[in-house]
Amino acid sequence: MTLTATPLPVTFDEAAFEAFLATRDEPAWVTERRQQAFSTLQDKFEVELDPEEWRRVNLRLLRPQEFSIRSAAGDAAGFDTNLQHAAEFGGRVIHSDGRTQAADLADELRSSGVVFGELNELVKSHRELVERHLFSAVSPETDRFSAWHAAFWTGGTALFVPRGLKVEQPLHSLIGLASAGAADLSHTLIVLEDGASAALLEETASATDEAGFHLGAVELILGQGANLRYVQLQNWNDKTFHIAHQTGRVAADAHLQWTVGGLGAKLAHIHQDVILDGRSSTAEVNGVTFAVGRQQLSYYTQQNHNAPDTRSDLLYKTVLRDRANVVWRGMIRVEKEATRTDGYQRCDSLMLSDHARSDSIPGLEIETDDVRCTHGATTGRVDAEQIFYCRSRGLTEFEAMHMIVEGFFHQIYDRIPVQAVRDVLGAAVEKKLGIG
Amino acid sequence: MSTLKIENLHVSVAGTLILKGVDLEINSGEIHALMGPNGSGKSTLAYALAGHPNYEVTEGSIELDGENVLEMEADERARHGLYLAFQYPVTIPGVKVADFLRHAVSNVRNPDRKEGTELISMREYRKELYEHLDALGVDRQFARRYLNEGFSGGEKKRMEIVQMAMLKPRFAILDETDSGLDTDAVNVVSEGVQRLSSANQMGVLIITHHERLLQYNIPSQTHVMLAGRIVETGDASLAHELHNLGYASVRERHPDAAAEEEARQKRETVASA
Repeated sequence: MTLTATPLPVTFDEAAFEAFLATRDEPAWVTERRQQAFSTLQDKFEVELDPEEWRRVNLRLLRPQEFSIRSAAGDAAGFDTNLQHAAEFGGRVIHSDGRTQAADLADELRSSGVVFGELNELVKSHRELVERHLFSAVSPETDRFSAWHAAFWTGGTALFVPRGLKVEQPLHSLIGLASAGAADLSHTLIVLEDGASAALLEETASATDEAGFHLGAVELILGQGANLRYVQLQNWNDKTFHIAHQTGRVAADAHLQWTVGGLGAKLAHIHQDVILDGRSSTAEVNGVTFAVGRQQLSYYTQQNHNAPDTRSDLLYKTVLRDRANVVWRGMIRVEKEATRTDGYQRCDSLMLSDHARSDSIPGLEIETDDVRCTHGATTGRVDAEQIFYCRSRGLTEFEAMHMIVEGFFHQIYDRIPVQAVRDVLGAAVEKKLGIG
Repeated sequence: MSTLKIENLHVSVAGTLILKGVDLEINSGEIHALMGPNGSGKSTLAYALAGHPNYEVTEGSIELDGENVLEMEADERARHGLYLAFQYPVTIPGVKVADFLRHAVSNVRNPDRKEGTELISMREYRKELYEHLDALGVDRQFARRYLNEGFSGGEKKRMEIVQMAMLKPRFAILDETDSGLDTDAVNVVSEGVQRLSSANQMGVLIITHHERLLQYNIPSQTHVMLAGRIVETGDASLAHELHNLGYASVRERHPDAAAEEEARQKRETVASA
């Protein structure tokens, strides 16, 4: 696939779309939206992708015609992830190859009004909740991938927390791929009403070492004074493709803490937008990525300040080894009304080899005065002197490397209040270093 | 009783021969001073002993109780009881002193420990660490700070001695541990070294330009290095003499080495010009 105009892949063309619709037993409003999105998709394939966002992403590696939506799920038993055992969860949803495997929620949460489950079910049972919010944060019109996802979304995890309710136990969502050539177009939708709070820990995993394709979207919608902690830990095998549009919309006085972990995938591109819509809303964005081999991970982040007194704080930490390539392109956008904005973005890279490549490009667009916006990017190398120092104290080379990498990530771990996430990230890092 | 035996040691750095045949033998409990002008090869000897990969041994041997040290990686040397207190300790951001040292102590005390296996007991470890921090006048809160990050020069040097106290090496090389320290700090560090060498029968090689460390730790032998060789060995009075009078008389007594030193300095001046 290229940036320029390109024909629809055969597995996602008009015939495939009609066949897909025929397998869906969906309300008319859902079908109509899909048809609209498909029409957008056809248009979007005629136009070039925004080079500012995509030119550093080697899309040629992705051959979407090799992936298709499955009518049956692959084996979900193979998803033996650390996260699912790392905490007591109030509920969980598990998907495999775009099909839901399990969805459960603790009775006390259900009876207090929490809605948590599979999006395919909720479009039928909770239309009034879903219709209003679905694709209200991620617009299908954004580019060909958002339209593609909006036409073909296969299901996903949805969470609604009613006004004022504080959900103490975290919830768990697992997006899995199991069969060779399977496509997952799952959608994550989280809506917290005013004053509600919750935490959702979501992870992606491969059951096999077969190639898969995830074309996803995440929408996080926070009402006034709401508080959401959302984690997405991308941990596919190294043959899988991951492309996603992810947007958080934050109303007045609400706080979003959003952590992304990028560990797996052959090629990943995440468009991550935080939109601070309400006065005094805040967002903290944490990124931990570790790319090895020939992995290519790309993040396009935007912190949009649309209201006064808003604060955003983004910190990405990237470790690269071998011939891996990680791109971070960040932008803080401050609208005219958003006076007294405090925006911060920073990406630090740590290179473990000479052949890895890291591109970190921060950016600011500020339409008003009286703001404080700072950005930074550093690229460092694991210093041979640090390794030698550790070894002279009896640490092996691997232990030394591990110490240094863990130390590099520590600043992020310190910001993540969920112990389970720290543990899982730590274990994943160990595995990548070959000592887990 | 242990012996660290260095024979005819030749060491190159980036293709340049720096050590040109060093002989040195240190036994348990002995204190040796190593002195010499800048560039004479003292730190090169320290790094070569510790196993720095950039210091290539081209000839000669290092043995620890008959075992070939040159075949050991740096971490194996540490596990065999060698310790280098760095002249310029490195900073490791995000790694807490306590965590770092707990791994180090676990490995050195259980040389067969496999990665990822159990570390030494936290309770005992913490107690021991606090004892040594207290003894060396380092605030206990340093245990939770990131290794050497934001430490003053003196704090780094003290932390080197804290680590040494925890690792209890058979032989320690102190590479200008006393430079950059104020008088009080030198006293504390000197007492610390003295305690360790007498309590643990640790053999010590003290590289220094100053005398203070040697007042607390009186060397049984003082070696003078010039142009990559040990040209003289004497007792504590030699250290005293060199400290007061400098190296002019040493150069006079060893004109060949002095000429080599001068030639090298000229080359370096040309190279950097």
